[in-house]
Amino acid sequence: MEFLRPASWQEALAAKAEHPTAVPIAGGTDVMVEINFDHRRPTHLLDLTRIGELTEWETGTDSVRLGASVPYARIMRHLRAELPGLALAAHTVASPQIRNRGGVGGNLGTASPAGDAHPALLAAGAEVEAESAARGTRLIPVDTFYTGVKRNALEPDELIRAVRIARADGPQQYSKVGTRNAMVIAVCAFGLALHPETRTVRTGIGSAAPTPIRAEVAEQFLNSALEEGGFWESGQIIAPSAVKQFATLCAAACNPIDDVRGTAGYRRHAIGVLARRTLMWAWESYRGGHRVTEGAA
Amino acid sequence: MPASGPAGVPTKITQGAQAAGGIGESTLRPDGILKVTGEFAYSSDLWHEDMLWGHLLRSTVAHAEIVSIDVSEALALPGVHAVLTYDDLPTGVRTYGLEIQDTPVLAHGKVRHHGEPVAAVAADHPETARRAAARIRVEYRELPVITDESSATAPGAVLVHEGRTDHYAPYVTHPNILHRQPIVRGDAAAAAGRADVIVRGEYTFGMQDQAFLGPESGLAVPEEDGGVHLYIATQWLHSDLRQIAPVLGLPEDKVRMTLAGVGGAFGGREDLSMQIQACLLALRTGRPVKIVYDRFESFFGHVHRHPAKLTYEHGATRDGLLTHVKCRIVLDGGAYASASPAVVGNAASLGIGPYNVGDVDIEALALYTNNPPCGAMRGFGAVQACFAYEAQMDKLAKELGLDPVEFRQRNAMEQGSTLPTGQVVDSPAPVAELLRRVKAMPMPPERQWESSEGADVRQLPGGLCNTTHGEGVVRGVGYAVGIKNVGFSEGFDDYSTARVRMEVVAGEPVAVVHTAMAEVGQGGVTVHAQIARTELGVEKVTIQPADTRVGSAGSTSASRQTYVTGGAVRNACALVREKVLEIGRRKFGTYHPAWATAELLLERGKVVTDGGEVLAGLADVLEGESVEIEREWRHRPTQPFDRLTGQGNGHVQYSFAAHRAVVEVDTELGLVKVVELACAQDVGKALNPLSVLGQIQGGTVQGLGVAVMEEILVDPVTAKVRNPSFTDYLIPTILDTPTIPVDVLELADHHAPYGLRGVGEAPTLSSTPAVLAAVRAATGLELNRTPVRPEHLTGTA
Repeated sequence: MEFLRPASWQEALAAKAEHPTAVPIAGGTDVMVEINFDHRRPTHLLDLTRIGELTEWETGTDSVRLGASVPYARIMRHLRAELPGLALAAHTVASPQIRNRGGVGGNLGTASPAGDAHPALLAAGAEVEAESAARGTRLIPVDTFYTGVKRNALEPDELIRAVRIARADGPQQYSKVGTRNAMVIAVCAFGLALHPETRTVRTGIGSAAPTPIRAEVAEQFLNSALEEGGFWESGQIIAPSAVKQFATLCAAACNPIDDVRGTAGYRRHAIGVLARRTLMWAWESYRGGHRVTEGAA
Repeated sequence: MPASGPAGVPTKITQGAQAAGGIGESTLRPDGILKVTGEFAYSSDLWHEDMLWGHLLRSTVAHAEIVSIDVSEALALPGVHAVLTYDDLPTGVRTYGLEIQDTPVLAHGKVRHHGEPVAAVAADHPETARRAAARIRVEYRELPVITDESSATAPGAVLVHEGRTDHYAPYVTHPNILHRQPIVRGDAAAAAGRADVIVRGEYTFGMQDQAFLGPESGLAVPEEDGGVHLYIATQWLHSDLRQIAPVLGLPEDKVRMTLAGVGGAFGGREDLSMQIQACLLALRTGRPVKIVYDRFESFFGHVHRHPAKLTYEHGATRDGLLTHVKCRIVLDGGAYASASPAVVGNAASLGIGPYNVGDVDIEALALYTNNPPCGAMRGFGAVQACFAYEAQMDKLAKELGLDPVEFRQRNAMEQGSTLPTGQVVDSPAPVAELLRRVKAMPMPPERQWESSEGADVRQLPGGLCNTTHGEGVVRGVGYAVGIKNVGFSEGFDDYSTARVRMEVVAGEPVAVVHTAMAEVGQGGVTVHAQIARTELGVEKVTIQPADTRVGSAGSTSASRQTYVTGGAVRNACALVREKVLEIGRRKFGTYHPAWATAELLLERGKVVTDGGEVLAGLADVLEGESVEIEREWRHRPTQPFDRLTGQGNGHVQYSFAAHRAVVEVDTELGLVKVVELACAQDVGKALNPLSVLGQIQGGTVQGLGVAVMEEILVDPVTAKVRNPSFTDYLIPTILDTPTIPVDVLELADHHAPYGLRGVGEAPTLSSTPAVLAAVRAATGLELNRTPVRPEHLTGTA
């Protein structure tokens, strides 16, 4: 195994072009586990830790350009207002030590259906900024980024430079079910974002289908219900029947499996519960009720 | 109403005044800071110049004939120094085992479980060794797998071990049953006729892993005399030695063993792991060989807690007195015997719990299957039974309309009670009192998650995963109590050896304590130093590293080391004290008549009379001399259980703990937060109160783990392990660990040194059923298996 240590982003792109099977490594919280378990023996490891700009972020008017290696701990600390859903998701990642190392770029690169960031990115609306030495930068909408179990839309010569995530224009929520209270891979997870500017609700589901997905039918149902009832203007409480139907449709969007972490039936059930609860919390927050609960770091 | 507690019996310290750093004080552990700061040298940190790295090739299937093994490609890999298979074993002794030598050093003709060692490789780099192992070609012809009682005893079932000659074989009804122990007392069938209420239940206990911190590891160094020196993390050096030497074809004195840093054990290091293979590779190559398992291999590298199916029938009269208990406990021993027979003995003899029942009909057995081998783990057979009988006690209380604690207290055993084995409990058994104490503790406040800032999710089920802000959350409270034996039982010669020397170093008297006791994290070395200070009146104590240059200390298991090796150290100290006083009399007897007439004590570095008069400094007495004594020490003998009736004084001592669990369950998502696990335990005498607290809290958390998350999942079709990693075998983190208030009783057992009672296991028993009872109370569900998973609480299993 060769260890490549590019000093700059350009060098990194050149190295990736030269060695398309090279596996990028930043925090190493996924890659090193796979290597230690001998699940993976890449010919080359491409170390991105010398490239400072990957750990920086820029906050624009409409979106945040989040460097691929910005650690979860910093997202939690510094981006709670701009990216509340992702900040909540970051809270649920493993342990403080791992949150100090791991970043969203790794989650996207691995593209595991259980990656904690995905439901938040799907709900907020995000674009993956991929770059290659040959073709420059392209933006891949996160909805089309996940192409299969642990597969994504990157070309072999591309690296993830950043993720552009829409700044929150309304309340966002994120919940993850694990079978212990910390340091746990998701049995399933759910992200929800209210977008008052476009009068839409977006969702993200993790660990309950071969890839992270949105519950599009549920979103459409809820968007119509909210529009028709004038809820965005009135801020009225959403009828329990509508919330229930939304939850049912979210559960129906799942295509889960039985595995050592949980049964398919449980995952479907739990996504329904999480959809209902996160919608209630987010809507309550939208109505000007109490603060969003994010827990402590 | 609960009976008032037995009167506390003050414990007399055997000699002298309370010594600084002596027994009863919470002296700090020498390894504590090193472990917390990551500087402690574990066995995995061993290093030797020129050493090679060993690696084991393990079977990829659970049950198969080995058609062929081709090691040529492995041997051809540069850097590889040796590849061993069964055919390379040097003597006719090619198996080992704690009691029954049924475990092949390397597989011969057959593999019987997933992950069984087939070949051993030594190479100059661990990665090379792993790659070489991957190049070994093993052709398997798969056999049907035996996975449970019905497949084990079905007509025509494949035998896991053919041609058994062990001493249990003649008494079992099927060769796939390793050992069976009935215990029959009174007439349970007749007594059932007196019962106003009868409850029945079938219970399932999942396979728990010890999940110790330090994976199996050791270093074997060949020696000039043709022998080998093994540095190893184990629970019992001399038991390892007895199994290793014959396979190597060496006399025991040519196999030297030194304890390396042990990262926890919990029973998982009672059996050998890589000891023999490392020695074989070292002797073959003439080079030091180190083997370290990674966590994945560790899951295959040690036995686990027996999964069990338990069937119970309990009866009681309307006024809440037990009439009878019938039970059948089927333990899955997996492919090799390990400690299964003794686990059966415990499960049977402790099968009805700490209750007075005159009419009992108990049967416990262990199966041979193709599942992972199971053996010793903290609680050792008593854990599985406690989970089931405590569920039954709650069921009965409910049927009778009685408070579950009061119902238990009405039936609680006490000093003088007779167990189903006929053994009379001849030391304090404060079962009712322990229950009273946990019940009397203040309850944790309700709805602790509520704050002015909204819900604090850390206080809720799901924690930071933010799954509820209080929705669906219901509190439940549950109680349980258990009984565990202390020490090795059933007639085993359970002795320990201590060597104690007293000498003067730099003008100060120093005691040197040498035992072969495995310090696995329990704090034994701390306690030995405390005992030496108390018995010899010195401040400075040196604890020698544990090795086989001193006699056996027995196993660091069965809650026995403070009792047995502590007892051996105390005994050796007392003998040293006599010798020191003899020297004193010889040197100074003419100076003061008290040397001849008074009772003399050693206190604060001096010889004093029982009246407190100082006769001489120990440094003066020992000037130019030293005293050293090595002695074996035994507790009271025990007897085997009768094979048909289970009668016999099988156990040395009993240990009791009770728990109250307070849980909050998200009933919609099936997530459990254990809010508090209060424990009361009788420890006889707390030699080191802080260590006692640590044992009780640790045991409590290990019991919590198997209540709500810990389980090795074995595929029922292939018998392969599905979750051999800490990613998918979950153990509690600090965020899963509740507040654990502990109430320690010290009711002396006059048969034991200082009146102490073994501490380490009892809290592991009652923790699990208390949590389950609390979850049942919160959900109203029956919950007949542990661990309970979200699926079981939401009807989505």
